[in-house]
Amino acid sequence: MGEEYSLEDRFQQYVEAENKVEPKDWMPEKYRQTVIRQMSQHAHSEVIGMQPEANWITRAPSLRSKLILLAKVQDEAGHGLYLYSATETLGITRDELINQLQTGKAKYSSIFNYPTVTWADMGAVGWLVDGAAIQNQVMLCRTSYGPYARAMVKICKEESFHQRQGYEIMMRLAAGTKEQKAMAQDALNRWWWPSLMMFGPSDDNSPNSAQSMKWRIKRKSNDTLRQEFVDKTVPQAEFIGLTIPDPDLKWNEERKSYDFGEMNWDEFYAVVKGNGPCNKQRIINHIKAHEEGAWVREAANAYAKKQQARKKQSAA
Amino acid sequence: MSFKGGWLNITEQKISEKEALLQYVLRLADDALILGQRLSEWCSKGPVLEQDIAMSNMALDHIGRARLLYQMAAEIKGDGTTEDDFAYKRDTNEFKNFLLLEQPNGHWGDTIAKLVFYDTLNYFLFEKLTESANENLAGIAQKAIKEITYHAQWSAEWMIRLGDGTEESKQKMQKSIDDIWMWVGEMFETDQVEEMMAVASIGYKTADLKDAWQSKINQVMEMATLTLPTDTWAQTGGRKGVHSEHLGYILAEMQFLPRAYPDAKW
Ligand SMILES: [Fe+2]
Ligand SMILES: [Fe+2]
Repeated sequence: MGEEYSLEDRFQQYVEAENKVEPKDWMPEKYRQTVIRQMSQHAHSEVIGMQPEANWITRAPSLRSKLILLAKVQDEAGHGLYLYSATETLGITRDELINQLQTGKAKYSSIFNYPTVTWADMGAVGWLVDGAAIQNQVMLCRTSYGPYARAMVKICKEESFHQRQGYEIMMRLAAGTKEQKAMAQDALNRWWWPSLMMFGPSDDNSPNSAQSMKWRIKRKSNDTLRQEFVDKTVPQAEFIGLTIPDPDLKWNEERKSYDFGEMNWDEFYAVVKGNGPCNKQRIINHIKAHEEGAWVREAANAYAKKQQARKKQSAA
Repeated sequence: MSFKGGWLNITEQKISEKEALLQYVLRLADDALILGQRLSEWCSKGPVLEQDIAMSNMALDHIGRARLLYQMAAEIKGDGTTEDDFAYKRDTNEFKNFLLLEQPNGHWGDTIAKLVFYDTLNYFLFEKLTESANENLAGIAQKAIKEITYHAQWSAEWMIRLGDGTEESKQKMQKSIDDIWMWVGEMFETDQVEEMMAVASIGYKTADLKDAWQSKINQVMEMATLTLPTDTWAQTGGRKGVHSEHLGYILAEMQFLPRAYPDAKW
């Protein structure tokens, strides 16, 4: 008798051999659901993430910085669009996904529930938030679901651009007037910890991670990614003369890595559950734009149908 | 039809050709910046992600063109003034944009109405400016004409779509046109600056583009099953620096940081 494998076993071997899963391939239903959850959460993050940055477009302090910021937020919209399309390959529609976002069934990155209160936040968000996103997305370029991996390859290039542009804003501020430097430090103080929390709970408290790693959806643990981010970012802060707001931060010669303090997990879970300063505002804004645009979308559909009918008629 | 209107009675003083060129370039720059600033307000608020992106694209084009024109103006002025000084350090009376462009975005149809009227004129104007006797201006126009052509096409298509879409969209679009109409006529005024630039073959009189504009607009209206108001009274003042109440707020928001931190460089 030859060995008999279940579909699940074969799927497992398939992903372990570093093959990509494509939309038409058989996949365990839980795999499909997990990838939908993760991809849509990612798409929603891109879209909701537009709000805190769009907040400063009309107030950007130079024409050059206005163009860069506007182009950046436009990129994020593009990422959202691209990810929605990639998610649709798993048999769910964009309308359903948007509905999940608006009803709170689907999540987006909690980082966007913090307010952008000064111009320096445009620097901090680009540098830290896009920076943390890259850490995650570079890993996802090798994720097992093909359309997701390919989307990430495309998106990663733009994200590293955003990260550099954000860092450039911080650099200018840090080298500017006393007030500008204070503005930069204040932004770093507010965005540092939420950025570290972007990687999710610590490995001991991350129940879904193990299965995601097994399926090769996730390739590195939350804590590993967080450590990589800290190690990469601390020297960047030092280079421009800003101080990371963590008294426990210390270079560990043995590990060749930074030790850092404990995150405020109560705050993390509070924000995830909807109690961040901007959770309500972000969703209200999204629903408002969506509802106010309803007549426009309906008109566009109606017009497209009329045009189609006219074409048919003139062809007949 | 021809427009008449205005409550202003400002006598123009004789100016040099250099001053006229500076004024001419600045007004084109102000048009681009104020419209771009307005359109950028749409970012993250569009009716659907694809159109959010399209609208940001247009805002980027306008602000990008504003930069080139301000840079050119800075060169003409030649006293160390920068593009950002023009954008961030002048008050409302020094901005010379069309009043139409500073009007609030309103809903999607309101913005589209504004755009169709402006984009169509801007297309005919920039087409002429590609042949300007001033090489710099011609160069900017040649660079911009492709995107400006696209803007005019895009906004016209939206007007047709909304006019010939649903009953609701038709009503809304018609009201948008009726509401914005009194700001349109100003675009065809002639003044000394324009006159001088036209004589020097550097600029072009928008009044001479009126017929081309009108027939294009009529065509779009017909396809959109909408009607153009027959009222010919038009508001005026933009080119003289006398604005509606909206511009002050646009500037307050836009100029806040450089004004609050005058010593800072960004
Ligand atoms: Fe992104
Ligand atoms: Fe980004």
